[in-house]
Amino acid sequence: MPVERQSLRRAQQEPAVLRWGLIIAAVAVIVVLVIIPVVNIFYQALGAGLGGYWRNLTGDPDTRHAIWLTLVVAPVAVLANILFGIAAAWAIARFHFPGRTLLTTLIDLPFAVSPVVAGLMLVLLFGQMGYFGRELQAHGIKILFAWPAIVLATTFVTVPFVARELIPVMAAIGSDEEVAAVSLGASGWQMFWRVTIPNIKWGILYGVILCNARAMGEFGAVYVVSGRITGQTDTMPLRVEKLFQEGTNAGTAASFAVASVLTFLALVTLGIKVALEHKTRQEIESAGAMGPPAKESA
Amino acid sequence: MSISVQHVSKQFGSFTALRDVSLEVPTGSLLALLGPSGSGKTTLLRIIAGLECAGSGVILHHDEDVTARSPKERNVGFVFQHYALFRHMTVFENVAFGMRVRGCANADVKKRVLELLHLVRLEGLEKRYPAQLSGGQRQRVALARALAVQPRVLLLDEPFGALDAKVRTELRQWLRRLHEEIHLTTVFVTHDQEEAFEVADRVVVMNRGRVEQEGTPQQVFDHPDNPFVMDFLGNVNVFQGRAQDGKVLLGNLEVAYPQYQHAESRDVVGYVRPHELDINRTPNGNSGLPAKVLQINPAGSLAKVRVVSDDFGIALNVDLTLERYGELKLQTGETVYVVPRRVRVFLAEDYAI
Repeated sequence: MPVERQSLRRAQQEPAVLRWGLIIAAVAVIVVLVIIPVVNIFYQALGAGLGGYWRNLTGDPDTRHAIWLTLVVAPVAVLANILFGIAAAWAIARFHFPGRTLLTTLIDLPFAVSPVVAGLMLVLLFGQMGYFGRELQAHGIKILFAWPAIVLATTFVTVPFVARELIPVMAAIGSDEEVAAVSLGASGWQMFWRVTIPNIKWGILYGVILCNARAMGEFGAVYVVSGRITGQTDTMPLRVEKLFQEGTNAGTAASFAVASVLTFLALVTLGIKVALEHKTRQEIESAGAMGPPAKESA
Repeated sequence: MSISVQHVSKQFGSFTALRDVSLEVPTGSLLALLGPSGSGKTTLLRIIAGLECAGSGVILHHDEDVTARSPKERNVGFVFQHYALFRHMTVFENVAFGMRVRGCANADVKKRVLELLHLVRLEGLEKRYPAQLSGGQRQRVALARALAVQPRVLLLDEPFGALDAKVRTELRQWLRRLHEEIHLTTVFVTHDQEEAFEVADRVVVMNRGRVEQEGTPQQVFDHPDNPFVMDFLGNVNVFQGRAQDGKVLLGNLEVAYPQYQHAESRDVVGYVRPHELDINRTPNGNSGLPAKVLQINPAGSLAKVRVVSDDFGIALNVDLTLERYGELKLQTGETVYVVPRRVRVFLAEDYAI
């Protein structure tokens, strides 16, 4: 490796000024846009010491409720996306049907649509003036400005994560092992749990981690559909904003405390993501290696 | 257990994979489905296993109609072309899979798996993963896995296709011996005629979704029913000619052909295998074709001679025994007379290859 690197460097003999200029520019951007803000969040959050930090997080019942709500909404959205992701990836990787390309494209739609617009779509559907609004009200079902709308909005914006992760994995692995399981007498469920799931487990986990990070941090769509009722429909990101807007020193400190929890979760996610990327790559590579085996002697 | 395939057809969209195929596999026999790719042999195998449903027709296992049954109910062992081993399971768990999904007791599973690994000579490898095995070892794990459910029929799809020549020959002989030991009704698919002839009791030659011929390897090789079978089973020299009044004229060669007694002449094709041609130094009446020696290649037990016939404007392959080759002392460029010992004649309109 060192030999290769050296020859590579020699091959692209850029002037030192340019080389260092680019490196410094890149590092400067990262420091200003990423490192300083992240460090600052923790610095501000811990400004009043660990005791103050803990009080900021747990002392206020509204903040406690926001944390609790996020911890409930995110897993529900993740679960919904695991089910949808596996179903969609299975359909796209295993079958050829009319509209297959369209489905693949539509899975990406939530990435393209602004979360605020996604929230508005739900308001149009379930609001009092919306298509289902009157019907729902007549039956006393509350979706908008309550947790069901928060779950729906969060699920919508996180739809692509699991499905997009699984489609290439399932396509690379192919259906040979599943057919083999059936030929050996496995039922559909046995095949699914014993062969399909173990083969795609790292892909699922990777999708789940990304999906969860996005679900916990979702702001725009939830902002529109939740009604921002303090102590009832505020999630962690909404709570951060609300505390900050109070403008008091105490509010700002509490705001940074909640923000630090979200940031910490993001850093953990990043770490797991790097570890899992390695695993999913192995999954796909082993699919290649286990296809037509290389010619070799017994 | 015997297998009977009756009038099975299968369509994939606009592609017809099988057209009215009927086939009998007697109990305990080892049968090869032989054909070029796209001939429908793998589709037929999958239909017998229940992995694919027949478009029309009936499959009987031991006189029982199983056409509508699942693979599990049919109880067949299937070995896939690329083995399809479960990559996340050890060799042991791969072989145990069929018993596990049937809910067998742990002790029974262990006993049977170790027994099978002994049978396929893979003792001591039970903790390995498929990725850690060679091609030949994977193939034998696949076989043990298929046998673990005590199938009534063993089906193999191109079982030796992905192996190198030496391993392939070993495994062929081993499969033949295994069959003699356990006497399980076995069907395997191959595109390699040598493999089919070496391993199978009976050979079914398939082409474009149809059965072209069925019989013992000897029957099929010596008495091909049609030009396709003739051509598919090894090298062949092709002569264009005409038939009339019980005779066939191939250039200046005259061959008796009692099957065609009409005065009106018809196009025919004559087929002669390289070892059925002889070379003479002198023309013997009208029984020899003048030809020029192009190339001589004494290879192994045979001398392969390539000659060009001016009458037909084609090159012919002649296999001479080394003895005969020694007698003749052939030189490239000289003119000789090629004499067919045996010609198979087919009317040209009947078949197109």
